[in-house]
Amino acid sequence: MNRPQLLTRRKMLGSLAKLLALGAAASTVSACGGTMAGLTLDDLLQKHYLDMDDEQLAALVARLEAAILERWGKPVTMATTPAKPGVRLAMTLNLSACIGCGQCAQGCFEENNQARDPEIKWITMLRSHHMKIWNLHDTETYTLPPTGEDDGNYYLPVACQQCDDPPCVRACPVKATWKEPDGITVVDYSWCIGCRYCMAACPYDARKFNWAPPDIPANELNPKQHYLGNRPRPYGVVEKCTFCVQRTREGHDTACVTVCPVGARRCADMNDPTTEVYAIVRGVKTIQLREDVGTEPRFYYYFSDGTT
Amino acid sequence: MLFFIRSFPRFILGSVRVVLRGGKAYWLWIALLLTLMGVGGAAYLRQFHLGLIVTNMRDPVSWAFYIGNFTFLVGVAAAAVVLVIPAYVYNWKPIKEIVVIGELLAVSAIIMCLCFVMVDIGRPDRALHMVPPFGKLNVPVSMLSWDVVVLQTYLFLNFTIATHVVYRMYCKRSYSKRFALPLILFSIPAAVGIHTVTAFLYAGLPARPFWNTAILAPRFLASAFCSGPAIILILLQVLKRYAGLNIHKEALWKIAELMAYAMFINLFLFGAEVFREFYSGTSHLVHHQYLFFGLHGHAPIAAYAWLSLICSVLAFFLFLIPKTRKNVVLLNAGAIMIYIGVYVEKGVALVIPGFTPTSLGGIYEYAPSLTELAVSSAIFSFGFLLFTLMVKVAISIMNGRLTIDTPGGMGLISMGHSSEQLADAEGTP
Repeated sequence: MNRPQLLTRRKMLGSLAKLLALGAAASTVSACGGTMAGLTLDDLLQKHYLDMDDEQLAALVARLEAAILERWGKPVTMATTPAKPGVRLAMTLNLSACIGCGQCAQGCFEENNQARDPEIKWITMLRSHHMKIWNLHDTETYTLPPTGEDDGNYYLPVACQQCDDPPCVRACPVKATWKEPDGITVVDYSWCIGCRYCMAACPYDARKFNWAPPDIPANELNPKQHYLGNRPRPYGVVEKCTFCVQRTREGHDTACVTVCPVGARRCADMNDPTTEVYAIVRGVKTIQLREDVGTEPRFYYYFSDGTT
Repeated sequence: MLFFIRSFPRFILGSVRVVLRGGKAYWLWIALLLTLMGVGGAAYLRQFHLGLIVTNMRDPVSWAFYIGNFTFLVGVAAAAVVLVIPAYVYNWKPIKEIVVIGELLAVSAIIMCLCFVMVDIGRPDRALHMVPPFGKLNVPVSMLSWDVVVLQTYLFLNFTIATHVVYRMYCKRSYSKRFALPLILFSIPAAVGIHTVTAFLYAGLPARPFWNTAILAPRFLASAFCSGPAIILILLQVLKRYAGLNIHKEALWKIAELMAYAMFINLFLFGAEVFREFYSGTSHLVHHQYLFFGLHGHAPIAAYAWLSLICSVLAFFLFLIPKTRKNVVLLNAGAIMIYIGVYVEKGVALVIPGFTPTSLGGIYEYAPSLTELAVSSAIFSFGFLLFTLMVKVAISIMNGRLTIDTPGGMGLISMGHSSEQLADAEGTP
């Protein structure tokens, strides 16, 4: 009676060992899969952006900068500049001035290191003869710039509206996206799990997904970066407009404001009485998109003719 | 108590032995499932390496086939209560005898659901971000976080209940009321909960008017209580024929009758939604127009939508009339039509039109890529494999072929023995 039991135990131990070996093999395979996708242990163990102290952040940024240097052969600087206290960023766009040339979308694309294929553009260009601001799906999306002559259309560039009550932040199951104190909604690209629920939640189609690994040519890579902004994104995560966090937090205008040939855009602290944004938000009749969904956008459209 | 704990390893080994033995048909079935899993597994490795670019999802339609399958399978899992309520609450014998099958189906369906979520997310390597304390679960705000919680709870409940009931049967005892009954009673609201939360996941998005309707959750439940039992109906007959499961006709008829009621509610709610949309004709109508008639000449899913509706209506009448639901051929035809009807409704007609046109008017014609089809079939195969193995054990025990008295419970020794010895061991009751 005893002997067979011993035998059994030995055999069971043998089977257990085989199982363990199988498990080890399986994890090796998955580890290979990991290196294939360019994953490192550091990536897997990285903490949430808001949970890191200054020292950890500095180490992380150094690691990411080194990884970019290795991948693109180009030195970059990655800031983690926090929001300035009391600042509330907002954008204004003069629809009377906008000629729909789409240079804002292109400037944004170049500044923010967006993926080339499939191409990601944070600003969508819309045109319509009769603009229905609650009902944007009746408008026409276009990519080619118009001829410049008046073709009887309104032009409406749409990007993230930096909502006060952002449905995307509510949707995220892992708090990978949040509203910063200066009012911009950001994504920790290293925390996002890529479930894309925020994309379903956004009423402005402002969120874009990295379906493939980034493929930005080295000579086009913008080396002036922010962790929460234009650093090259990994594949499989969501991204969006950050009001050029890498520029605005250093006191510069956003790319779209800078490149607009007719000066239709402004982006500044809406709490600061010296800014034009302050004057427009308070003194001009403005329009917000899709007010029916209760998002409280911090993006104000207006018509300059007949209002000032 | 100690007796039950001590015998448990024996139960596990006995179960392993049961699943390692079977006829030619059984092994062919297992081989088919493993092959599909292999093909889909390879497709998934490629997807993991290259990114979700190998699917046909893109920004305008950012959820599609994977999430459609997920939603459908949540319904299948929830439908176990259609058996649980008559079995345990009303103690109705014909269904009580087979309720375990429903619970095991729920377990398999939830595991498939979790697989579909895992293949859909862009960064499965960060799945731990959903698991506190490693991650940050956005409760109570995010409906997706709630879905993760309720699905796991429901999986735990059904797995525990089914294992307990089957194991007690193995020990020739009836299930422990003190242990199992609270779990069973809790599993009823939990079943309603998983499908309600999944519906709220969609309905809570004001950005997508096609989903942002109060009727979505009741409709999800009604359609789930048709589609889940449709699968159970067919499975029970397959098991009766090939696995010698004992089933009373009354059980099948009762399930069909319950399905008729559920389908009536589903069609009624659908009608209410269609009336509101088409009669009021607001700008939100555009999604229903896309679904049934197409927009600007794009009508890639209209044929599916009509097929789904026609199948559902026909099956409703087949199951409503006692004469037709008691006819084996028509009963099965109805079950298949309901399966098609609800699978298309959840897999195609829910997710795609919600995104089309997009908020900014984009129209993207989506059809699943080969990768999506291969990965999905691998997940279904995995689910079927789990279900097959679990049901094989359960039926052996229900038929009294595997009990605590079965000799050779230490199955691992027997593996080294000759087939005659094994057959001997099998032969003794």
